Amino acid sequence: MTTKGKLEMEKMVVVEGSYAVAHAVKICRPNVISAYPITPQTHIVEGLSQFIADGEISNCEYINVESEFSALSALVGSSAVGARCYSATTSQGLELMHEVLFNVSGMRLPIVMTVVNRAVSAPINIWNDHQDAISQRDTGWIQLYAEDLQEAADMTAQAFKIAEDKEVLMPAMVCMDGFILSHVYEPVVLLEQELTDEYLPTYEPLNTLDPKKPLSFGALADPNYYTEFRYLQQKAMENSLKKIEDAANEFYDVFGRYYGGLIDEYQTEDADIILMAMGSIVGTIKDTIDNLRQKGVKVGLLKVRAFRPFPAEAIRKAIKDAKVVVVLDKNISLGLNEGALFTETKSCLYNTKNRVPVVGYMIGHGGRDIRMNTIENIISEAQEVMKTGIKLESQFTDVREELL
Amino acid sequence: MKHLFVSGHRGCAGCCDAMATKFTLMGAGEDCIVVSPTGCLEVMTTPFPETSWNVPWIHSLFENAAAVASGIEAALKAMGKKGNTRVVAIGGDGATMDIGLQAISGAFERGHDFTYVCIDNEAYMNTGVQRSSGTPFNASTTTSPAGKVSFGNQRPKKNMPAIIAAHGSPYVATTSLAYGKDMIAKVKKATETPGPTYIHCHAPCTTGWGFDTSKTVEIARMAVKTGLWPLFEMEEGEITKVRKIGTPSPVEDYLKMQSRFKHLFSKEGGAEEIAKIQAIADKNIDHYGL
Repeated sequence: MTTKGKLEMEKMVVVEGSYAVAHAVKICRPNVISAYPITPQTHIVEGLSQFIADGEISNCEYINVESEFSALSALVGSSAVGARCYSATTSQGLELMHEVLFNVSGMRLPIVMTVVNRAVSAPINIWNDHQDAISQRDTGWIQLYAEDLQEAADMTAQAFKIAEDKEVLMPAMVCMDGFILSHVYEPVVLLEQELTDEYLPTYEPLNTLDPKKPLSFGALADPNYYTEFRYLQQKAMENSLKKIEDAANEFYDVFGRYYGGLIDEYQTEDADIILMAMGSIVGTIKDTIDNLRQKGVKVGLLKVRAFRPFPAEAIRKAIKDAKVVVVLDKNISLGLNEGALFTETKSCLYNTKNRVPVVGYMIGHGGRDIRMNTIENIISEAQEVMKTGIKLESQFTDVREELL
Repeated sequence: MKHLFVSGHRGCAGCCDAMATKFTLMGAGEDCIVVSPTGCLEVMTTPFPETSWNVPWIHSLFENAAAVASGIEAALKAMGKKGNTRVVAIGGDGATMDIGLQAISGAFERGHDFTYVCIDNEAYMNTGVQRSSGTPFNASTTTSPAGKVSFGNQRPKKNMPAIIAAHGSPYVATTSLAYGKDMIAKVKKATETPGPTYIHCHAPCTTGWGFDTSKTVEIARMAVKTGLWPLFEMEEGEITKVRKIGTPSPVEDYLKMQSRFKHLFSKEGGAEEIAKIQAIADKNIDHYGL
């Protein structure tokens, strides 16, 4: 995080990550919140329920739905009448929403949802990885990944601003790592109402369901029309690339905090080895880099904040001088043996002149702890790749051979 | 009177959906927002860029109309825009009684102020007449066909009005396309009653049931006259009004008009099967005091 001057310590309070996010949602003045309880997302929606019970969110209805499917479906209706809408979910809940995710995006409804990232069943596992959100990659949602509590909270306001922009009008997921961010207490500056009102204007929808001006939403588009709907969704995603940068810069202007736009770079300027990752693992990597830099290892980090839209151009630019790129993924495409960020990073280089070797590590599945020595090992393997080339392109990390 | 549902749609001649929707909007009035799940009604009325709807209308998915309606109602309330605007969901029997049942249960339990109208044509017509839980006993459909060892669908209709009433709905009514004024009045009452209310409309489908396109109303009337489709109102869980049918017509008079029951008249053992259907009608006549 970059700050204007020092972080204002007197403004900081020690809160749980979920509280910081719930508070940010409240300050963003939602009209409808609709959610279903699921670990580790529950503390967010409990927090919001308490704000409602205490009358702290005006002009807002909280719908206690009977499933995640209905949680998002209800917001389809709410958003279509012009409400600012919020939900939060994770893992199985997100997978249950799959069909609705496409629908929300296709109808261009700028709903914001926190995805508290968690592994998917079977075996059932409530701990963190990114398989849930990555599996929803092609549903037409903007996906932003937060590094720490402060960013998860601040990203919520940014997400509303990006999603509701008239050149975007696409839904957005704010992804934060389950437990590692959602259940951790840290000092955080909570969003201020006055500044947030300045940063995030009232949502003004282009079209609404209004008896005074009847419109039909969700019509049948036959082969003569369907392609153009898809094309315009893609254009909206492309428009959001700049809006994500703008939202981060404007946030810095108003609040004095900055985490990068589409990406953020740490010690990449002279780096031979650049690691790429998303979410809370970024903190562990930065600490590891600090240690290794003292030993003279030229290693840096490219933090990916936006996975969708995919920031291909920003990534190409950031890694153009690297001698090896190492991508860490908390997900796997089974049968390909690659994580999504790895696959897509390779893909965005293929038609360029940059022939930098790219290697992938799948790591932290189902909440497996990621230690600094694991990152160090990965970096020393990258040093070998620099010398001898790629031996193993993509691999699992920390597999317990004795259990196989 | 302003037409809220206009012609030019792609419904079949004699389409039950078009009639039921027209009656529904005549009862609900123009200050309403309509939600439709996926189905014939949605497909035939909104071939982009055309629409038959002169009221605001939204289609999201097959199984979520009641949840979408919940969200509309909650948003209108949150933003101070509810006023007298009525939120009306109009879905088929599959969307209502099968795939959308959970969302409906949730919306009724939560007590949203909306009206759900089920246009029950007793099978999945949009996909080609497959069996639903609204399909009646011994009807032949493409997934419950009559055959050498089968008389068709082996289960009676799910009692959807009773399920809704069990949720504590203040107003539940059954209607029929043969009794348009009755349906309009019941929809009006349902939409004017605060809370979640329910209309279940019996709707003969010319394509799916196999009858001439001019006979939709006649067949709907015969279902009522035999006692197979009782017309009643329930308020706060109690039956408060029933349409008397006088001397009931035998069920054969209804069954023989439709090709989905023709096997009952050609197959050995058909008479016994018809007697079982008569027993269903007799039970209704007794239970509802028709």
